[in-house]
Amino acid sequence: MSEVLLEVDNLVKHFHVRGHATPVRAVDGVSFTVRRGETLGLVGESGCGKTTTGRCILQLERPTSGRVVFEGVDLTTLAHDALRAVRRRVQVIFQDPYSSLNPRMTVGQILAEPLEVHGIVREKAARAARVQELLAQVGLLPQHGRRYPHQLSGGQRQRVGIARALAMEPSLIVCDEPVSALDVSIQAQIINLLEDLQKRLGLTYLFIAHDLSVVRHISDRVAVMYLGKVVEITDRQRLYEEPLHPYTRALLSAVPIPDPALEARRERTVLRGEVPSPLNPPSGCVFHPRCPIAVDRCAAAVPQLREIRAGHLTACDLA
Amino acid sequence: MASLLEVRELRTTFQTAAGLVRAVDGVSWSIEPGETVALVGESGCGKSVSALSVMRLVSEPAGRIESGEILYKGRDLLRLSEEEMRDVRGREIAMVFQEPMTSLNPVLSIGRQLTEGLEIHMGMEPAAAQARAIELLGMVGISDPQRRLAQYPHHFSGGMRQRMMIAIALACNPSLILADEPTTALDVTIQAQILELMRDLSRRLGVAMLIITHNLGVVARYADRVNVMYAGRIIERAPAGELYANPRHPYTLGLLRSVPRLDEPMRARLDPIEGQPPDLTRLPPGCSFAPRCAYRVERCSVSPVLEACGEAMHMSACWQSGLLAKKVAA
Repeated sequence: MSEVLLEVDNLVKHFHVRGHATPVRAVDGVSFTVRRGETLGLVGESGCGKTTTGRCILQLERPTSGRVVFEGVDLTTLAHDALRAVRRRVQVIFQDPYSSLNPRMTVGQILAEPLEVHGIVREKAARAARVQELLAQVGLLPQHGRRYPHQLSGGQRQRVGIARALAMEPSLIVCDEPVSALDVSIQAQIINLLEDLQKRLGLTYLFIAHDLSVVRHISDRVAVMYLGKVVEITDRQRLYEEPLHPYTRALLSAVPIPDPALEARRERTVLRGEVPSPLNPPSGCVFHPRCPIAVDRCAAAVPQLREIRAGHLTACDLA
Repeated sequence: MASLLEVRELRTTFQTAAGLVRAVDGVSWSIEPGETVALVGESGCGKSVSALSVMRLVSEPAGRIESGEILYKGRDLLRLSEEEMRDVRGREIAMVFQEPMTSLNPVLSIGRQLTEGLEIHMGMEPAAAQARAIELLGMVGISDPQRRLAQYPHHFSGGMRQRMMIAIALACNPSLILADEPTTALDVTIQAQILELMRDLSRRLGVAMLIITHNLGVVARYADRVNVMYAGRIIERAPAGELYANPRHPYTLGLLRSVPRLDEPMRARLDPIEGQPPDLTRLPPGCSFAPRCAYRVERCSVSPVLEACGEAMHMSACWQSGLLAKKVAA
């Protein structure tokens, strides 16, 4: 088994909201590891803390507490300059390529800028060559370098977003909903590209998404989050075939499958109610008010994430 | 039996800086009373503009319904005066939008947004409208409806706002609801709640529904018949079961193959549709999908028409649809 590239240990991020005495517990004690070369999927619904977890790893948010150990160094302890050097090795791909690319720069300029700023390629001609190489790597043509973001389609823009991340020669890329803004027919192109690049360049991905079918396809292991906590984590086969946490089961059963015959036979667990506010999370197990199998003690004791069998952890006392 | 709604050869265009866009380019489809029909396709395919055209809500002057007929209970909506059309909207045909946040009025109470239509369209007295509003909120599964009437949309979560939109749509007992991506902005567990609710209400009240979506999974579970659109045209139409079992247009086949599925063995690679979505201001002559199509032949430079392709009620606009049938069977 390959080495651990990233270790997130008891990560907490609370936000203070004006007018509220208690903070929003966006991320509330999250732990997991990512090994070099693997893809860890991080799934959950809006507000579960998956994006904030990603931002804490990138140090775009300073965590309230906990450690983010990347390549053996705890990023939360680093000062600005030291962090800048490490940051090259941890890159991000955002959901919305429209808003994450500078509309006044050509694609070529967008890709050349970080090479220059970070002193990765100092000589101008070499930079231009590297830009061409990056364009080719993500399946764009040389002439795309002269275009502006608005002259590209959504899929092409996301390719630029990927090329910009690659420019820094990272070992870890946090992919935050990288395909959910794209049309269905383009999503598969981008997913295939991410997989090809991973193989070719030995990249490690933290793949944050809400689409369980996509996560199953791309991930080696998957962590499921609910209301700031990881409720289940295991390899993808186990998670999808033998989910242990009632929330994971409900999520899986809510995903519609494009096959009417199968859908007609399928049993569904439609969850009651909605996700409670992270300002005032329920007592005990945060899922208990919506849980179809909850018993009295679920409202009292906070279940710990524990290993039920090798490599399969869940935070449910009834599992 | 006459169709509840029959759209014939509808053409809607938009004048843009880049040129004229034929958003809906000669499209015909219909809905029977009580039926759920889907319009499926990717962004820019003309599915939303089709619904807005039915409601005559295409924004002028850039947008224009050029030609066609929209027969609702036998009457052509395109020939009605604006005043007559106002009686159709809400009372006969209602709409549910993707973003309940932006389509509800933030400064009107929940109660007022429900009672307004009842008083205007149905001529109800305030007290009767209030009672009906409470009944409607109960129908869409909003708890404690009496208290909710005094609240505002920002007090509601996304799922509850969408329930509220459905309550407004149902208020005047319409025969048809046009639902434009009704669950796209919602989380999957809430999506399931809303879709089940819409299906139950549609069955119980006999309301016909047009579901506009890009999600093939949603369509599989909830639609009786499916129309697949690409670049302003319907390229395939079939009963839902038939469409998924035996897609007869390369675009439909491509869409079905490109999405990973939870019920399938894991695949090493996905099979995307190659190329980029069409530029609507510069469509190629002939079949718009041809530049991305693996089955392309010379004949594709001539537009194929939507025509029957074997099975009952199955239509495809592809010269090669016969070939596809064999491929799938093999």
